[in-house]
Amino acid sequence: MADKKPSLVGEIVEGATGLIGSYAATLTHLFRKPVTEQYPEYKRPMPERTRGRIILTRSPDGKERCVACYLCSGACPVNCISMQSEEGPDGRRQAAWFRINFARCIYCGLCEEACPTLALQLTAEFAFCKDDIADFVYEKEQLLVDHGGRHPDYDFYAHAGVAAGGPKGSHIGEDDPVDVKSILP
Amino acid sequence: MDMWLGVLVMLVKMAVVLGVALGLAAYMILLERKLLGRFQVRYGPNRVGLFGLLQPLADGLKMLLKEDIIPDGVDRRIFLVAPAVVAGTALAAFAVVPFGEGLTFFGHTVPQVIVDSNVGLLMVLALSSLAVYGLALGAWTSDNKYSLLGGIRGAAQMISYELALGLSLVPVVMHARSLSLSDIVAAQSGLPFALMEPVAFATFIIASLAETKRIPFDLPEAENELQAGFHTEYSGMRFALFFVGEYVNMVLLGAVTAIFFLGGWHGPFFPPIVWLAVKVLAVPVFLIWTRASLPRLRYDQLMALGWKVLVPLALLNILVTGALLVLNA
Repeated sequence: MADKKPSLVGEIVEGATGLIGSYAATLTHLFRKPVTEQYPEYKRPMPERTRGRIILTRSPDGKERCVACYLCSGACPVNCISMQSEEGPDGRRQAAWFRINFARCIYCGLCEEACPTLALQLTAEFAFCKDDIADFVYEKEQLLVDHGGRHPDYDFYAHAGVAAGGPKGSHIGEDDPVDVKSILP
Repeated sequence: MDMWLGVLVMLVKMAVVLGVALGLAAYMILLERKLLGRFQVRYGPNRVGLFGLLQPLADGLKMLLKEDIIPDGVDRRIFLVAPAVVAGTALAAFAVVPFGEGLTFFGHTVPQVIVDSNVGLLMVLALSSLAVYGLALGAWTSDNKYSLLGGIRGAAQMISYELALGLSLVPVVMHARSLSLSDIVAAQSGLPFALMEPVAFATFIIASLAETKRIPFDLPEAENELQAGFHTEYSGMRFALFFVGEYVNMVLLGAVTAIFFLGGWHGPFFPPIVWLAVKVLAVPVFLIWTRASLPRLRYDQLMALGWKVLVPLALLNILVTGALLVLNA
């Protein structure tokens, strides 16, 4: 056998250094500042793309961005979004009612990816407890906010959609309307 | 007249000792949680009251309001009594613990101890032996195999280490020439026995760690193998009683260590009661530090340490101490 059996004294010394080492390690930890964050007093800044409570944002002119296209509702894997579309007084499509059941929502963010007008966005807010599960069903009034969320300057109708703001050709980057008679052979 | 005065004084003393022991035990839990937290680089409980100082109160209230579940198939009477045995024996041992020299009121000298028994040391050991019954019976009557395993482990461990505990105290008795706790403290007015008998002190600390069933000797509870060992089936206030017993035991251990080895209330500059408090608290703090530092022993290691190391060491220490005493005399 190549291994020499350690002597009794060697074993005692080895054991004692092991014990002293572990006591010393915990002692140094005792004088370190705790790493715990005191949650309700200190809320750590959440990452930019945190997926929390869902909001419906508005364009810079204060109008609703949502055009009630049902894409979010279709993308939702747990079917927690429902709505009814209608035509508003200015000829734009909008949601007559818009409902998200946060008790069912899994905060996957697929609705945000599906949204063509950047209306539906997920915020960093994650702590909104309720006593009653029925209170988690948010209606349009609760979802609508008065700002543009992550994209404050974006206005969908400046690029596409019903030219409600001005005549044809007034979208950004849109050519003037072509006079069809001018291109006749 | 004098008899009634004696009874009154005795009752007051009992009330004070009970209050101090139970209060200390409650705050020992908070101290343990806070210290353990700091050892693990986090804050302990700090929400209930200032710095979490009302946490024991909240815990007690929670335990009291919980349902007291008695499972089917348990031996009802013994099941109900077992936690009280653990807590009761730990509290009863405080009867012989002195807190200072006699105080003089209106010409009457009142000793600061409930009973200054001339077999006080034996009484402490006897009551710590009785605590095994609470644990083993509670485990046996729980009708649960994990509890039973924990109970068997606990009984074997406590009986083994009692031997080393008792033997480690023999040199103390040889020096003090008395079993009374007050006399043992008086014998240490010069040098505390911890310095005179370092081997006995070390043996006593290790054996009492095992007696209190704390990490690294917490095999009867061993959360990850036995769920919670002997108190698996207990809930509510009965579960809390086991814990009261454990923490009163910690305080008791601090008290007897201070009295047997650290010189009791003797010390320079500060009043005796301050020295006693510091010494009594030093031992639980060390136990908590140990809990933060060491892993649990394997069962065969536990038994080997008890029977093959501590008992022979304590016996050898008795022989050496006796020889030295004879040579010096």
